[in-house]
Amino acid sequence: MALTKADIVEIIQEKTGNPKNLSADTVETIIEIIKNSLQNGDDVLISGFGKFCVKGKNKRRGRNPATGEDLMLQPRKVITFTCSNKLREKINR
Amino acid sequence: MNKLEFISALKTEANISKSDAAKVIQIFFDSMADAMAKGERVEIRGLCSFYVKDYKSYTGRNPKTGEKVVIKPKKLPFFKCGKELKERVDY
Repeated sequence: MALTKADIVEIIQEKTGNPKNLSADTVETIIEIIKNSLQNGDDVLISGFGKFCVKGKNKRRGRNPATGEDLMLQPRKVITFTCSNKLREKINR
Repeated sequence: MNKLEFISALKTEANISKSDAAKVIQIFFDSMADAMAKGERVEIRGLCSFYVKDYKSYTGRNPKTGEKVVIKPKKLPFFKCGKELKERVDY
């Protein structure tokens, strides 16, 4: 089973004793802050967890795999995640 | 943005105390880390998903000395960007 937003809300509710709607709102705000920061090109560094980075990709020549046609892929931005050592150790324990 | 800046942002935007903001952020990321430690997937709609990928043992090289080293099998979280985040970052 995957951990979803609803599960996280529940865990926060249990651990803080805050009501469910407040916990849900806080989780939404957290997610919005991360998205906003990345949208503005600002990396998000969470010590003990990892780093979300915005990386620019150059323009390159690609190919449409269905038709085999050549096309130019425009420069774009992608998000990368680097796992912190602490998280890595936790997963490999 | 680091964790401290994150805490201040959450404090302002959610109108909660700094200690509450710090606590919730900690629980938020800890719950994801705990799930991954158990080998579970994490899926946050619109933001990202993670799953734990197994890597086999292989012989690598120390790039500095050229020496051969055996890399033990390992697990790493594999990050996948959510659709909404992708569209917002690359508009």
